[in-house]
Amino acid sequence: MSTPAPATARPLAVGRVARTGRLRAYAPWLAAAVVLVALPHVIRTPVAVPIMNQMGIAIVFALSYNMLLGQGGMLSFGHAVYFGLGGFIAAHALNLAGRDGLYLPVPLVPLVGGLGGLLCAVVFGSFSTMRAGTVFAMISLGVGELMAASSLIFDRFFGGEEGITTNRAKAPLLFGLSFTRDGEVYYLIAFWVLVAAAAMHAFSRTPIGRMANAVRDNPERAEFIGYSQRSVRYVSFCAAGLFAGVGGGLFAVNYEILTAENMGLTASGAVLLMAYIGGVGTFMGPVIGAVVFTFLQSMLSDYTGIWLLYLGVLFLATVLFVPTGLAGFLLLHAPAWRTRRLAGLIGPYLAAAAVALVAAAGVVGLLEMVHFVASAETTRVTKRLFWVSVAPRTLTPWLGFAALAVAGGLGLRWAAPRAAAAFAEANRPEPGR
Amino acid sequence: MLQIAFFSVLNGLVYGMLLFMLSSGLTLIFGMMGVLNFAHAGFYMLGAYFAYSLGLYLGFWPALVLAPLLAGVAGAAVERFGLRRVHRFGHVAELIFTFGVALLIEEAVALLWGRPAKTYEVPAVLDFTLFRAFGSSFPAYKAFMLLVAVAIFLFIVAILTRTRAGLIIQASLTHPGMVAMLGHNVPRVFMIVFGIGSALAGLAGVIAGPVLGTFPGMAQVLGSIVFVVVVIGGLGSLTGAFAASLLIGIVQTFAVALDVSVGDVLMALGTPASASAALHDVWKVTVAQVAPIMPFLLLIVVLMVRPTGLFGTRET
Amino acid sequence: MTPAIELVDVHKAFGATPIIRGVNLAIEPGTRQALIGPNGAGKSTLFNLVTGKYPVSSGRIRLRGEDITGRRPYEINRRGLSRSFQVTNIFPRLSVFENVRCGVLWSLGYRYSFWHRADNAREVQARTEAVLEQLNLTGRRHVPAGVLSYAEQRALEIGITIAGGSDIVLLDEPTSGMSRSETEHVVQLIRQVTAGKTLLMVEHDMGVVFDLADRIAVLVYGEVIAHDAPERIRANPAVQEAYLGLPQGVA
Repeated sequence: MSTPAPATARPLAVGRVARTGRLRAYAPWLAAAVVLVALPHVIRTPVAVPIMNQMGIAIVFALSYNMLLGQGGMLSFGHAVYFGLGGFIAAHALNLAGRDGLYLPVPLVPLVGGLGGLLCAVVFGSFSTMRAGTVFAMISLGVGELMAASSLIFDRFFGGEEGITTNRAKAPLLFGLSFTRDGEVYYLIAFWVLVAAAAMHAFSRTPIGRMANAVRDNPERAEFIGYSQRSVRYVSFCAAGLFAGVGGGLFAVNYEILTAENMGLTASGAVLLMAYIGGVGTFMGPVIGAVVFTFLQSMLSDYTGIWLLYLGVLFLATVLFVPTGLAGFLLLHAPAWRTRRLAGLIGPYLAAAAVALVAAAGVVGLLEMVHFVASAETTRVTKRLFWVSVAPRTLTPWLGFAALAVAGGLGLRWAAPRAAAAFAEANRPEPGR
Repeated sequence: MLQIAFFSVLNGLVYGMLLFMLSSGLTLIFGMMGVLNFAHAGFYMLGAYFAYSLGLYLGFWPALVLAPLLAGVAGAAVERFGLRRVHRFGHVAELIFTFGVALLIEEAVALLWGRPAKTYEVPAVLDFTLFRAFGSSFPAYKAFMLLVAVAIFLFIVAILTRTRAGLIIQASLTHPGMVAMLGHNVPRVFMIVFGIGSALAGLAGVIAGPVLGTFPGMAQVLGSIVFVVVVIGGLGSLTGAFAASLLIGIVQTFAVALDVSVGDVLMALGTPASASAALHDVWKVTVAQVAPIMPFLLLIVVLMVRPTGLFGTRET
Repeated sequence: MTPAIELVDVHKAFGATPIIRGVNLAIEPGTRQALIGPNGAGKSTLFNLVTGKYPVSSGRIRLRGEDITGRRPYEINRRGLSRSFQVTNIFPRLSVFENVRCGVLWSLGYRYSFWHRADNAREVQARTEAVLEQLNLTGRRHVPAGVLSYAEQRALEIGITIAGGSDIVLLDEPTSGMSRSETEHVVQLIRQVTAGKTLLMVEHDMGVVFDLADRIAVLVYGEVIAHDAPERIRANPAVQEAYLGLPQGVA
């Protein structure tokens, strides 16, 4: 056994590390705040702000989902229930503020949503968290379908098919700040995204947050060190429900309408996609996933009717080939970054990316033409594809895109092993270490 | 009243046997591989669409045979090239994967056939009334559905109990590791079972498509109910799947036919419903409206009380 | 003196198969004891019964006189009993440091707290560091536990078990699969961490048993056939016949 270092040396070293450590810990959050404040001034296209608002809401929702999946190992198919119910409660509260004089300024509405989400999670979590794994997933599905079906029954709360609308202009002002314009709502959303993300990150560093990871890894062992796995899951579940509700409240403020769809399987599936594509193993993963998903959803849908198919393919590709998600993939390169051997990767990676792009262009072209032909648009003859006009009912474009796909595929078979070898080389431990 | 009871039982039987056709495949797949196949209803949908398209060129009866085969091949391909890779990451990853497959199937179907419902119709030769009773008629096609479902049931029982392959499958249901030790090519057995399960789902789609509608959302509609059936019956138990299918089929069909409200029921039981506005929504709810939720309520109750289901022995 | 652990006529059957057939055993506090016996005797099952993993078919189990029959593992652990596992049972994705820290959290009263920062809790950090020192794993603290070597994982396994400071420790085959030198290190470790505590361990390595144990209990076919000091166990003809083999002279 090594002799321990003298006791006096330790506190000093720990103190110095703690100070620099604290700076390093807060720096990313400060940087994020700066970026969020500056963003609408940097990107000035009119369509940018609504999309950024949408991204902000998605970020909060996806981060709350990862408290369950990534942190707790709990796969839920019904997380949108807490998002939606939080949103409905927030919308009703905002209506009460506008009509009946309840003092609820707009900036506090997400908090109401959060409390609503928390309450629902406390109720539903009491039986949902009894088991983990597949049983938990099935119960979450059952609760989700239950709520979706109940929405048609409880008209007064859910507003039937039209949903519940609200108006943020009618609410009392806080410090004279009104939030009637999209640009103003952006700053509110940005504020809450930062607060919620910081809170969720802090939660993961608390004893219960650490034990949630432990229960995820080995629930049996956790019981033998004094923790009821069921109680740990329950607390995680309630916390996740709270933050999902905050997201719902932000949704209510931003869109001023909530419908049963916001609670349904589609929304629950969307957040699963977001979190997984981004990467459930890291904190930033769901953030990346939410941004990418929202971007694809809003941008792609302008260009193609089958964007959801592409998203599905991307999702499956992630599950099969990059299960750690985008963030996980980036993190894989951290050792090479530290030893400054990333330069050797640039060439092989660019080559692989280029051929992958060619293959993707071919596949996308083929799919788009199938979509064109199958959707029976007999009036149109040509379709604009990749800035070129093609006639999908003739043979030439099909051959062209098929050639692209095949060429790209063959190129990938050549380039991918080279990229993998370069990666292995960059990670090879240096001799003599 | 008698009319409602009689036809509810009959229709409930048909619906229940249809659910069994779907849930038997799911149970086999789960029992053997531990995978709860989220995409199972997707193969049901593929069966219906394949049969629709094949039927346009070949007629109903060849399509009845070919479409399930195509669905089965698709299922085997999914297992061979997808699920097998994900298997080592654990059950949660497998569930996520099959969720992705379900999404992909739905979007692919919408791509190839479009979003509006297809006019997949009952074949003319079966489009008549079988009999009339109590003032209502019972279509022959439903009797055909019942016949096919019962035939499949007997076929499954026969294969499982009387053939060597069936014995291997039964053994793999409870002891997959042991079966592998005995020298059987378990991955190949998995692929075959996945294919057969998907073919069964496809067959259910072929015969149910004309009655329940052929549209890209049909998988979602039935998918959740099938999960409920399999989980309530007991994960991995075919008897449980059979019992739960019939139970839910008949109960739901009965509930839809009953137009009484919760308030009526309470009054019949002697407790008057209060007039308060907030609970008014609850009191005026009819049993028919509650019908869609009942399977899920049942699911939650069963999972809380008996996580292994009514007949099951395994939890995950 | 109240025994630390007491089993009173404990039976356990799995389905129709009886595994534990009426065990009466009392472990005195402050002693180091070993549970030995042929494979299939039911040693791990006995551990699982005492620690709450399996329910007993009949009989009672007492911890310092308190009846703990039928209690959940975490309830038993909170009353001051912890165990290690024969098949390494750690948290593979957490770092070595975090693995040990999880073992510490409940005992220092942090429970389900979400209002403390685990990194800032000084007593937690200090205790975790101390345990890591004892395990000689301080240099590996940031390594994910899943990539440790086998011997390091076995040491971590023991570390998680004793991190909470329980004064009754159950170790299930702590040296299984280890080389001579690794075994010696683990024996040293066990002696260090169980000083002044009650230890009950299952072991097959007779060298370790006779080195560490104050008393030995012998379990054969679900029954305790002897519970005595090491020399008397060694000389016991029934034990020799069932497990140790015929005497070959003094060791």
